[in-house]
Amino acid sequence: MRDAFESGTMSLTGHGGDQIEAYAALPAEGAGRGGVVVIHHMPGFDEATKEITRKLGSWGFAAVCPNLHHREGPGAAPDDAAAASRAAGGVPDDRLVGDVAAAVEHLRGLPGAGGRVATIGFCSGGRQSVLAAAALDVDAAVDCYGAFVLEPPPRDRGLAVGPIRDRLRDLRCPVLGLFGAEDRYPSPEEVAELDRVLTDQGTPHEFHSFEGAGHAFFAVDRPSYRVEAAVEGWRLVRAFLGRHLAPVPGSGG
Amino acid sequence: MCTYTTERLRVAGSGKGPGEWLRLRTATVYVDHPVHAMAGHTVNVDLADPDRGPAARVALELTAGSALDLVDAILDALAGVPAEVVDLDPGRMEGLRAARRGTRPAVGGP
Repeated sequence: MRDAFESGTMSLTGHGGDQIEAYAALPAEGAGRGGVVVIHHMPGFDEATKEITRKLGSWGFAAVCPNLHHREGPGAAPDDAAAASRAAGGVPDDRLVGDVAAAVEHLRGLPGAGGRVATIGFCSGGRQSVLAAAALDVDAAVDCYGAFVLEPPPRDRGLAVGPIRDRLRDLRCPVLGLFGAEDRYPSPEEVAELDRVLTDQGTPHEFHSFEGAGHAFFAVDRPSYRVEAAVEGWRLVRAFLGRHLAPVPGSGG
Repeated sequence: MCTYTTERLRVAGSGKGPGEWLRLRTATVYVDHPVHAMAGHTVNVDLADPDRGPAARVALELTAGSALDLVDAILDALAGVPAEVVDLDPGRMEGLRAARRGTRPAVGGP
C-alpha cells in the first residue's frame, strides 16, 4: 500500500542539544519521496497540526513536526505549553532554526531517504518556514499566511519576533505562498511586496491568494476555515512538494 | 493572524485551576486565535502560577465585547467599595471613581 504510514510521537535532539518532542508520520515504503518539516502555529503542537503531519505521511512524504514549545512545557497539554511559551517571550528565531535543522537532519537520515526536504508552516509558522528555508539547506518551502515577514507587528510590545526582510536574500529554494485575500496580517499589499522582493532577487516562487478567505483558512477546527481555499490549497501543496522533492534520477533515493 | 503583542504582569490572588485552587502570580493578556472559543480572535488571559508548571493556570478566551464588559464590571465593583476595604492606594481609588463617573450618564438632576 503506497499510502501506508506509521505516526506517533518521537524524541528529537533539537537546538542546543535539547531533547524535544516531535510528531512524525513516516511512510511504510520509506522516505524516498522526500521529507517535510511541519512548523506549527502559535497555538501549539495541537491535534490539527498532527493531522496535517499525518496528511503529508498519507501522501508518501516523511513528515516531522517538532514541538517548538516543548521546553516551556515538557509533557504539558499543547495549549498549556503554548501559553507558557508566550509568557516566556515566545520562540526565539535561532532556536526555531536549530529545531528545524534537527528535523531536517533526522529526515535525511531515514532509511531510503533521497535527501530532499521541504519546510511548511502555518500562521506564525509561515514566517518561520521562510526563515528556516533562508537559514538552512532545504529544497522547498511553503508559507501558509505567515505575517511579519516584511513588516513588524503593529505594536512593538510583546514577543521578541520581528520581520526577516534582511534574511530573504539567503533563500536558495523555491517558495510556495498561500494567502487569504481578506487577510490583514499578512495584507494583500504585504503579499504583493514579498512577491516583488522574491522576483527581484530571482527566487523561484508561486503565490496564490484566495478570494473569500482570510487568515487560517486551512484550520478545519476554527471559524476561519474556507473549504474552497483549503481544498485548492492542499492540491497546490501536494503538487509543489511532489515536484520539488522528487528523487533525483540515479541518486538512489 | 497570530499576534505577537503580549501584555505580561505580576498579579496576586487565587484562581481555581484544573481541579484545585492556585496561588496566582502572573497574568498574560493577548489577542490571538482561541483554542476553544468559536471566534477568529479573542482576548486571551492566562492567570498562572509558573512555579507549578504550565498546566497551573486559569485560561480565559473572551470575545472583545465580553472582555470590555468584564473590565467595566471589575472597575465598577472596585469603585463601589471604600479604598481601605480592598487595601488600595486612596489616590488610585479616587482616580478610578472619577473615571467611572465619567463613563456613565448622569441619573437625575444635579
